[in-house]
Amino acid sequence: MDELIIAGKSYASRLLIGTGKYKDFDETRRAVEESGAQIVTVAIRRTNIGQNAGEPSLLDAVPPSKYTYLPNTAGCYSADDAIRTLRLARELLDGHDLVKLEVLGDPKTLYPNVVETIKAAEILVKDGFKVMVYTSDDPIIAKQLEEIGCVAVMPLASLIGSGMGILNPWNLQIIIDNAKVPVIVDAGVGTASDAAIAMELGCDGVLMNTAIAGAGNPVLMASAMKKAVQAGREAFLAGRMPKKLYSASPSSPTSGLIGK
Amino acid sequence: MQSHFLTAILKAMQLTVNGAPHSFEQNPNLSQLLETLKLTGNRLAVERNGEIVPRSQFGETVLADGDQLEIVVAVGGG
Repeated sequence: MDELIIAGKSYASRLLIGTGKYKDFDETRRAVEESGAQIVTVAIRRTNIGQNAGEPSLLDAVPPSKYTYLPNTAGCYSADDAIRTLRLARELLDGHDLVKLEVLGDPKTLYPNVVETIKAAEILVKDGFKVMVYTSDDPIIAKQLEEIGCVAVMPLASLIGSGMGILNPWNLQIIIDNAKVPVIVDAGVGTASDAAIAMELGCDGVLMNTAIAGAGNPVLMASAMKKAVQAGREAFLAGRMPKKLYSASPSSPTSGLIGK
Repeated sequence: MQSHFLTAILKAMQLTVNGAPHSFEQNPNLSQLLETLKLTGNRLAVERNGEIVPRSQFGETVLADGDQLEIVVAVGGG
């Protein structure tokens, strides 16, 4: 079995998806099911005071008994805020310690602040968290985060929610070649071919939210992404043919042509 | 005047919950606060003055005037 192993645990699916931006919880549920994802990201937010007790909750639509929750620190701009958020998440999820760390640096681009990210990663790893870390596609920072003890390195393909696709496959390739922990492209995937390209490069997985939730038909896109990740993975394992610049090679026999 | 003064004393217990002020006549424990806020039974986590309060200690955690509380839940996110 070709499985994704994160912090010693195996996952059959290499597609990780976010649970934000869906029309309603039913759409979230159907998209998650269709994607085949086993790991889903969730955000930690202040509860509404005065909320009805019987109001539907994400936990009913996407039960943590069935999926591995990956609480994130989306919206955090400092190591301190990210650490506080994840400590609350661990308490909320009964000691669950697999988390997604992201520390942002700029509200317009949501580009990661790698200095604060490294600071937070050091503290969280020491505190026993299994940290999957969102970062830029800087190979040196990616390596440092691995050395700190992060269980997966998750470079951006392009800006969060931009759908711009894989903008720098060369940097991703360096990160993949140097890494001893799973490399998961997180952010920037826009459509199925982007996910396939990431997997063909040798990424261990792809994490996305808006590419599915922001599609015209999110449930159908979830299905497309599942197939794209599988296809890209198989193509990577199969090993693509070498590119031959300026020299074609016929697929059909060159002898036995009629009239010769 | 006196009754206003007494009300002010009785309502002197002030908490900040998720950034908003809340007044109480007596110091509630955390379980009582969650009940008052109709949050009992929800899957949530609480931070009091920057420190996590384990769920098992909600009943014995008596809140004090000026406490800052953060009450969080899991929501959809990427």
